[in-house]
Amino acid sequence: MGEDRLAYARMVVEVESLIENKNDMRKVQQTLPALAVLAVLIAAWWASVAITKSVIFPSPWQVVTGTIELIEDGTLWMHIGASLMRVGAGFLIAVIVAIPLGLWMGWVKGAYATLNPLFQILRPISPIAWIPIAILWFGVGNASPIYLIFISSVFPMIVQTTVGVHTIEKRYLRAAENFGVSRYALFTQVVIPAVLPQIIVGMRIGLGVAWLVVVAAEMIALRSGLGYMIMDSRNAGNRYDLVIAGMIIIGLIGLLLDGTMRMLEGLKLVRWRYGH
Amino acid sequence: MGIETEAVGGWRLAVGKKRIREMQSSKIEVRNIRKGFAKDDGTALNVVDGVSFSVRDGEFVAIVGPSGCGKSTLMNIISGFVQPDQGAVIIDGQPRNKPNAKGILISQHGSVFPWLTVRENLMFGLNGHAPANKAELADHYAAIVGLTGFEKAYPHELSGGMLKRAELARALVVKPEVLYMDEPFSALDALMSLRMRNELLRILAKERHTVMLITHDVEEAIHLADRIMVLSPRPTRIQATFDVPFAHPRRLSSPEAQELRVAILRELGVDSYGD
Repeated sequence: MGEDRLAYARMVVEVESLIENKNDMRKVQQTLPALAVLAVLIAAWWASVAITKSVIFPSPWQVVTGTIELIEDGTLWMHIGASLMRVGAGFLIAVIVAIPLGLWMGWVKGAYATLNPLFQILRPISPIAWIPIAILWFGVGNASPIYLIFISSVFPMIVQTTVGVHTIEKRYLRAAENFGVSRYALFTQVVIPAVLPQIIVGMRIGLGVAWLVVVAAEMIALRSGLGYMIMDSRNAGNRYDLVIAGMIIIGLIGLLLDGTMRMLEGLKLVRWRYGH
Repeated sequence: MGIETEAVGGWRLAVGKKRIREMQSSKIEVRNIRKGFAKDDGTALNVVDGVSFSVRDGEFVAIVGPSGCGKSTLMNIISGFVQPDQGAVIIDGQPRNKPNAKGILISQHGSVFPWLTVRENLMFGLNGHAPANKAELADHYAAIVGLTGFEKAYPHELSGGMLKRAELARALVVKPEVLYMDEPFSALDALMSLRMRNELLRILAKERHTVMLITHDVEEAIHLADRIMVLSPRPTRIQATFDVPFAHPRRLSSPEAQELRVAILRELGVDSYGD
């Protein structure tokens, strides 16, 4: 009895400290409607499967057991790892190419005039359209999806960086001119920090697109990755529970990646741009 | 006889020396500056119409004029950011056509870099110092403008008045010979603006700088300047010049100051008696 009371008292203290933290409360309150919508959706899904007595379309619970199955035999981590590796590689190459190129195009008028039309033509081409050429050039190994991720995420980042340079407020450039600093100082202390918020926005967009594309790219011929897992689950015995499990996992990881990029927006170095 | 000749000769020499000194001590010389801009319909808009004046070393000159008369254009030309169509700006005997760190422009909206801390902002213009010295110098000037304790703060963490102080400190730390101030305090509220004026006077008493101030606030000009030039409406030229012979600290409510204020306002086309 005594122990129970102690545990109860602890719980009360914990709850109170939670309530005291108004920020936490507000966050909880803000997420409540979203959670409610999710709950309603899952309930509707469950009900419709139950009513129609569908054999192929899985119930939410079947998806959960399917996911547990994937976790237990270890294939889920393998597929997630493979997808993340491809996204990481393609995205990293895109960042390395896009940021210097975007800065250069933003700063040098001639570079912009020369390259911008080309990029504007290449940009709207869907990465899916690149798949045959990617296979032709890079075969069916890892290089193809990495290339597709690169090509899809590089343009948004170039564009954002260029826009960032173009929208640097003149008063800052004038101040730099006034103090007569070196070109190196001008770039490292004025241009790049001024553009950094835009670069981060570009990276957020780029990573989002990259994650979108990796799944599509993996549906072709690879033996690993979440995209492969989905196609394989369908082809090898209509395991639609695993198909849906894969979809949900893709969504959750995408959310996580975006959250990570959003943490960059919280850096003190760029907070001036996004408000306090 | 011999003595008289020598005396005359000595007098002549003295005159010659004085003239040389006067020429040397003219820090800024603005010679017949004209500037126009092309309008959208293709016609030319004449903005500055033959402005000439000179500023002595260490002098504080205020330029007042009606809004839109071309004050800022004139300041941009004098500080080297804009080229005049005609005329020249001579600084220390050298024609000026580019801005440099010898003359720092402080503008209305400010240009403290929001991505650098106060200390980093102050260190920005310090070339050729060792990093440790830079930080020390930056902190020294932060202290002068009353920003001690805020060296590591980012500009968005500062109030409007503190931002102005940071801007002023960043200009002072490079020891500019001339400060060009284009309505520096007009974005502040009246109380803060007054406080910043006193602050500026306190600093200028410590470190001599030649200052050119552009303002639409006649009282601010009387408070700060040794000489006030009144500009005409666009295309602008110098319409009148007033000496401000009052010693610091100035009492703006004194009859002489009020009289000067009325006279300047009359030049600007505003009658204001009594208030």
